[in-house]
Formats: sequence, C-alpha cells, structure tokens
Amino acid sequence: MTDTMGSNNPGEHPQMSPDWLRGLLMPRVSRRMALQAGGASALALALSACGVAGVKAAQSTPSSPSAPAPTSVAGGATSAADAGSSSSSAATTSTTADVNAAYWAAQTKTGEFNFANWPLYIDVNPNNKNDHPSIDLFTQQTGIKVNYSEVIQDDAPFFGKIRPQLAAGQYCGYDLMVITNGIYLTLLIELGYLTPLDQSKMTNFYANASSAVKNPSFDPGNVHSMAWQSGITGIGYNPKLVGRKITSWQDLLDPKFKGKIGMFADNEDLPNAALCAIGVDPATSTQADWQKAVAWLQKGKPLVRQYYHQDYIQPLSRGDIWVSMAWSGDIFQANASGANLEFVVPEEGAPIWTDNMCIAKGAEHPLDAMTYMDFVYEPKIAAMLAEAINYITPVRSAKTFIEADAAKATGSDKASLQQLASSPLIFPPQDELSRLHYYRVLTQAELKTWNAMFEPIYQS
Amino acid sequence: MSTTIEASSTATSGAVAPPPTVHKVRRGWLLPTWGWIVIVWLASPVIVMIVFGFNNTSGKFNIQWQGFTLTWYRNLFVIPQLTDSLITSIEISVIVTIIATALGTLMGFALGRYRIRGAGSINLVMFANIAAPEVALGAALLSLFLTIGFPLGFWSIVIVQVMFSIAYVAVTVRARMAGLAPSVEEAARDLGAGPIVTFFRVTIPMITPGIMAGALLTFALSIDDYIITSFNAGSTVTFPLWVFGAARTGVPPQVNVMGTLIFAFGVVLAAIGFVTGRRKKRQLDGE
Amino acid sequence: MVRRKLMGRLAPYLLVLPGWLWLVIFFVIPVIAMLSLSTQTGDLIDGFTQTFHWQNYLDGWNEYHVEFIRSVIYGAIATILCIVIGYPVAYWIAFRGGHRKSSLLFLLLLPFFVSFVIRVVSWQFMLADNGIILEPLKAIHLLPADFHILATATAVVGGLTYNFVPFMILPIYVALERIHPEVMEAAGDLYATRRAAFRRVVLPLSMPGVFAGVLLTFVPAAADYVNASILGGTDQTMIGNVIETEYFTNTNYPMASALSFILMAALLIGVFIYAKVLGTREVLDMAVA
Repeated sequence: MTDTMGSNNPGEHPQMSPDWLRGLLMPRVSRRMALQAGGASALALALSACGVAGVKAAQSTPSSPSAPAPTSVAGGATSAADAGSSSSSAATTSTTADVNAAYWAAQTKTGEFNFANWPLYIDVNPNNKNDHPSIDLFTQQTGIKVNYSEVIQDDAPFFGKIRPQLAAGQYCGYDLMVITNGIYLTLLIELGYLTPLDQSKMTNFYANASSAVKNPSFDPGNVHSMAWQSGITGIGYNPKLVGRKITSWQDLLDPKFKGKIGMFADNEDLPNAALCAIGVDPATSTQADWQKAVAWLQKGKPLVRQYYHQDYIQPLSRGDIWVSMAWSGDIFQANASGANLEFVVPEEGAPIWTDNMCIAKGAEHPLDAMTYMDFVYEPKIAAMLAEAINYITPVRSAKTFIEADAAKATGSDKASLQQLASSPLIFPPQDELSRLHYYRVLTQAELKTWNAMFEPIYQS
Repeated sequence: MSTTIEASSTATSGAVAPPPTVHKVRRGWLLPTWGWIVIVWLASPVIVMIVFGFNNTSGKFNIQWQGFTLTWYRNLFVIPQLTDSLITSIEISVIVTIIATALGTLMGFALGRYRIRGAGSINLVMFANIAAPEVALGAALLSLFLTIGFPLGFWSIVIVQVMFSIAYVAVTVRARMAGLAPSVEEAARDLGAGPIVTFFRVTIPMITPGIMAGALLTFALSIDDYIITSFNAGSTVTFPLWVFGAARTGVPPQVNVMGTLIFAFGVVLAAIGFVTGRRKKRQLDGE
Repeated sequence: MVRRKLMGRLAPYLLVLPGWLWLVIFFVIPVIAMLSLSTQTGDLIDGFTQTFHWQNYLDGWNEYHVEFIRSVIYGAIATILCIVIGYPVAYWIAFRGGHRKSSLLFLLLLPFFVSFVIRVVSWQFMLADNGIILEPLKAIHLLPADFHILATATAVVGGLTYNFVPFMILPIYVALERIHPEVMEAAGDLYATRRAAFRRVVLPLSMPGVFAGVLLTFVPAAADYVNASILGGTDQTMIGNVIETEYFTNTNYPMASALSFILMAALLIGVFIYAKVLGTREVLDMAVA
C-alpha cells in the first residue's frame, strides 16, 4: 500500500513511453520484415494481423514491465518500417518518428471510431439535432462509422476522467478527442498519452490549414494535434435584458447586473480573461499581474450568480443570467435554436484558444480517426462546419465555399451566409487578431501557484 | 423505491399482524391536507418531466411549451449515446443485482441463523458501508483502482455497485430471518433432508420476501446511482451520467420520454406487486 | 459424522465468506488505499510518492473548512426539514390511512421511480428565474422581478430535502405501523389528553424510525454534490463538489483523498456514537426494513 502511484505504474513516466513502444513494436516489425520476403500477399495478411496485435499489445504494455528494447534494435528496424509503409517520407528523421511510422504502418482501417467532442461544436441537421451532415458525408465517402459523443464539458474534468485509463495504458474509450491548447493538452503530450499523428496522412491539412494552426507553439510540428476550431472567450449577453451595448470586461462588474452575471469556473478562461480585463497580455503576465487579476475577480464575485462550465449557455438563453463570459460560437448556436443573444470581443482584448483533435494513446481505431482528422481539412467540409458553428475555422479557403453557398442561397439564408463569409468571428482580420491573446503557458510549479490563486474564486 | 414498499409490508406482515381495529383518532383536516400537499410536491418534477416529453420543441432547449407532439416517442432511439447509456445501465444493474443478492443473501442468512465469531466486526463493516458518504466511497474505490491500475469502465462500475449493495441485501435478509423460527428447518432435517436440500427447499422459500426486497432495493440503487458511479466509470456512460452531462447544455426531450417510460414501468411493476400482495393478504385474512 | 459436524460448524463461515471478502477487498482496503494516498506528495508528471505528509489534512481543513461546515449545516437543515415534513405524513398514513395505507405510500414513493439526476434537473427547470413557478408570481408582482431561487442556499437545501424525504418517511412509517392500537387505547384510557398520549407513547415508540431516518438522510445529504452543482450558485459549494474537483479537475489525488477521509471519518464517527447510543442493529434494521 505504501507503494507510490508513480513508481508502481510505468505508465506514469512519459520518458519511458517511446521505449516501450519500440520494445513492443520491434519484434513485430522484424516478423513483418521476414514475411515481406514471402511475398506481397503474405505481407498484406501479416499487416492485418499485426494491426490488431499492435494495438492490443500497446494497450497492455504497462502491465508487462519488460525491459525496453535497446535503441540499436530500433535502428535496425527502421528500414523495415520505411520499406513497409510507402509514404513515411513526410516524417522527420528521428528514431521516434520511425517507431511512429512503424506504428502507423501496422494500423488498419476498422470501419469505425469513437469521437469525443464538446457540445454545440458540430453541424446539425435542422430536422434532427442528432444527425450531423458532415459526419454522414464522411461515412458515405469512407465507409467509416463515427460514434460521435459530446462528452467534454471542460478540459479539466475530461482529462481527469480519462487519465487513469491512459496512465494504465488502456484504451480510454475514445480514439479522437478535442482538447484545448493549454494546461491539459500540454499534460497529455508531456505524459505521453497521445499517439503521434501520421504526418503522411495529413495531405489536406498541409494543403489547406491556415498558417495560424500550422506548427503551433503548443505542439511544434503538429506532432500530436490538428486544430479543430479556434475561438474567442468574450462576453455573451441578452441585449433585451441588459438594455445597452456591452463593450468591455468591466461591464461584467456592473452592479446593475448583480446576480445576473456568469463567469467561467475554470483555471484557464477565467484567469486569462481576467488578465485581459486588467489590460495585461496573459502570455507575458507575471505573478504580480495574477494578483491584480484575482483582485479584479474578487471585486466581481459578489455580483456573480454562478461560475459555470459549458452549462452557462442554458441560463443565459433562458434569461437566468443576462451577461456572461462566453465562447463565441456557442452564442451563435444558441441563437440558432431560438435564443436572442449577442457576442462581443471586449475592447481590452480577449483570450483566443484552439481546440485540437488528437488521438489517445492505446486508441483502438487510430487509422479511422486519422482519416477523419484530415477529412475536415477539405475546404468544403470546413465550410460546412464554419457555417454551422461559427467558430474561427482553421481553413481560410473555406471562405470561398461559404461565399459560393451564399450565392446559391436565397432570402434570409443568403444574408446570413454572406454575413458569415465576412464574419470576424470566423475569419478574424489581422487587427482583430492582435487584440486576441493565447493562454498563459504554465510550468508545473507555476500551475500550482496559479491554481492556488484562482481556484478560490470559483470554488468556494 | 418499490423495494421499500415491499420491505415495509414485509415488516408489517412479519410482525404479529395487528387486528384491523378502529383507531380513535380525531378526524381533522390538517393532516390529510398536509399529506396531499407533500404528495403533490413530491410528484411535481415528475409531472413536469412527463408533460415536457410531449413538448413540440424546435431548438436545443426544451424550456418553453411549444405545442403537443409525439415526435419524441417516435424518435426515442435517435440519440445513439443515450440509448447505449440506458442499455449499459440496465445491463449493469441486472449483473449487480444478481451478484449482490446472491452474496448478500448468504451473508444475511448466516448472520441471522448462526452465532458467528467475528459477527461484531462484520456488523461494524456493514454499518460503516451503509453509513459512509457516497462521495468518499466512490473516491476510495477510485484510489484503489488507481493504485493497482485496474481498468475503469463497465466492470469497475459493477464492482462498486455490488460493494454498496451487499450490506443492504444482507441486512434485509437478516431482518427476515429474525422473524423465523428455526423449528421448521429442524423439522425438515429430522425428516431426512440434508443441509443443502433444507436450505434450498425450506429456508430460501421462507426468506424469499426478504431476498426479493433486497434485490429490488439493489436494482433501484444501482440503476439510479450517480455519485459513486461517476467516480469509477472511466469513459463508460450510464443513464444518470449521460443525463447529468446533457443537463449542462439542455436535456433532449428523449430523456423525458425515457424517464416517463421507466416511470411507467416502475408503476406497473409496483401495481402488480401491490395487487397480488393484496390478493394474498385477502386470502390470508379469509383463512 | 465428524466431517458433517465440521462442515456444519464451518458452513456459516463459508456462507459469509464471499460477501465478506467483497466488502473487505472493495470497501475496507480502498479506505486504507485512500488513507495511504492522502499522505503522499507529488504531481501527475513526477508521480505521487508516499512521504507521510500528514500536512495534507491540515491544509485541506484550512482551505476547505468553510465547505465542510456548510455541508454539515445544509445536511442538518435538510434532515430537520425532512422530519418536519415527513413525520406528519408518516403519521397520517400509519394512523389515518385505513385501507388506503398502501396506496398512499405507493403514491408518495412514485416519483422516486424517476432517476435522481432527472428529478434534480427538473427542479432546476421549474425554479428558473422566469420559469413556470416564478414567472406567474412575478407577473402579478407578488415577487420582485429580480427575485430568484436558483443559485441560492434555499434551492440547494430544498433539493436535498426533496430528494431525501422518502428515506425519512419510510422508517418513521414502519415504526409507527408497529405500534399496536391496544397501546394507543391503553394510553387513551390512562392519560387524559391526546397530546400527552402522543408525546409519551407514540413519539417515543417512533423514535427508532426517526433515528433510522436521520441516518439515511443526513449522511447522503451532507455529502451530496449533485444538488449543489445543479441548483447552487457561487456560495453553495459543498465538500462533495470540492472532492470531485480535486480528483478530476486538479488531479490532486492526495488532497482529494485527505478531504474524503476527513469527511468519511467525521460522518462515521458521528454516526457510530449515534448508533452506539441507540443500538447499531436496531437502527440498521429499521433503516432497511
């Protein structure tokens, strides 16, 4: 019982994971190499057999604390992996990349995958809220079924839920998940809980992704992630109830709205928005700035009705709160289902974030997920999503498609599509971008201080 | 909850049945009024749930009454995750009920029939188990699963739910045992029945009401559990977990419909039990 | 014969064994594991190490004693409300129910066929600021326009009371049911007033039911976090919410374990003293029966 969780379980050590992967994959790769000599059909057979075994084995790693394979073996297998997969040239030249190539070479299409996303974050069929046309199209084209679920209410609780399984090297139930850049994406990467992507299967991405989401600072080289959408944390409000234009973060501290104000209950949006509110760029903020942000939030606390996660949207639509910190696209989607709200990027600036598609370690359907990830980078699909959810699309050329759709449409649809094509919330112009700030990147030590300072605001 | 009805009627019939007498109680109006107010208060959220299952809502939010429709009954299963969660919940509850009832019955029987050394500590643990706060139980199990690296999911949920149900079954069965004289079993044994035959042919039938009560209670606790399950579910989603998640952005009307159907099922089940119980009682009274 | 005797002597233990093992492995050991985890230090990246850092407990108490105390107070208020609301109902059904007893009891428990979470969500819907209850009252100016119940302590305590009141009514009902009418009659013969009969006879005899009800109501109410998170606001966070956050949001397992352990220990010690005074078995049997 006195064993530590960390040392007890090799899965806790991120630096070990490439080694295991190597140790695991090597025998199979060499077996494959042998089979390769036996002819193409034998190879195909072996590939399919290995695919399943590889995934299964990767899952069970932590329970078998076998010694990691020496690097030289891994080196020896490189050529086999390269020979095995026709298109691993896109990958960089490090050993990890080779192991990764081998991993991907061993994967086969399974015909389905599990997709964990946030609510209000995909297009819906107006006649059936549970039908998603873009997903239908994907299934039609590829024959891959998407088990789509909106299970992520916030990064932290979702991370907390899947972490134990990932740590144990098990399949966490989702192949593809959408995680915001920030504390938890960094943790997932650092802990080795993500499967590096198959760069060779990112053709649409490299052709169409806007420069903002290529090679992002939080994931250099897009090794682990591809942007799903980006968005702005600003203010959503009900103009009828508020009775005036909201322009500034200070409006969230207006005593007139006492008990009708909502803020986020998390350690990313809330602190970073507060930093923006006091006129500080979160990215370069110091601990002294944090203190000021805390003071700003404390001042507002007596006025705030509740600190919310994703659940702010319902009371806001219903009128229980009048004005709230909000995510840009949510307001649009709430309006689409009958609410009458407005979204504003406060004049002091606002946090911008990118939600990223990534593949969990031990995923059972990685290849299917990978196929989908690149699929959404087709401009046409990106346009479908942008039209529906109104977040900053990672594909700028989607604009042409939206404009084309607008040209085809008539009446109010036409107007709204035209508006979308020029919407700064989907295609933010340069000057707008300069007002938007990415989250503060925190070290583990800083994170402790940060949490200790901001948590008492929303957790009391 | 149906269990508790069972259980309480068991308890009453177990005691020496009081003859149907006329209570000399004042026939005031205060008490019945209060009683009916409470009944209405308790039923109100359920009534709202049922009504809004027929709401012709168009947006994501099922908030305002927008006209009557049966759409949601027709499209009950269009949300695959919701359907899956309900199926998962039912599967788990059935497994949990079987295991917990079996283990709890044996335990309750032994505790009620024999003098067992260490019965004190068993009682203590069972009591602590029933009295412990759910959130701590869930957290404790999670700590264990984390420490030993046990996979979270379907089976971890089964384990925790059996854990918090055994004691209930055992106590219910033991209470039933306490009302039974061992003489019947002795008689069976005198007639040549072995202990196992006696157990299955004599004891079990005698304590069946207790077992049934325990099993129903377990099923009810299991299918409705949110707190302990949420700690140990991993990415497995049960019905309460799904509803809780959906509540953050708006519960789809299908949830109202499923709630209504589960409710109706419970009502029918309880009504059957109630009617048969009554008939039995009438027969007994007739004797 | 000897073997049979031995089997006979062992049989009770064999019968108890499977259930007992299950409880030990999945209840007793986890509590010990939690205790162990609660004194470790570290973080996710470096792993957690056992350092017997009892300071976690002190830190936990210092940081979250407000939530602890609040939870106990909410739980206590909800329990008292349950008695106040539930006792008359149990009394009504037990003594005035007549042949409709079972029907009334059934009617009372009907709503609890519906999932706990759905019921809480339903309350959230009904209590909305412009919802079906407040809107009409505001329209006729019985309430000020900015009046709200959601996100207040009233909503949380109300939700707790609502959800746990059947666990109060049932044991009280069972206890009252067991009072023989002869006793009542005798009391009536001996004492002049009805009130005295109630105070001196009915009330004492129903106390085991009340005690069982308190046990079944107070502990889950004090440790609940669903009501607080759906019906509460900024100042209604209960200790259950904190524990959940520490586990899942902060992944600070030692702190979460320490808080859980404090909660469990505090409630269990209270309950044990309570049960010692009243007799464990009586309370338990009454609670379940």
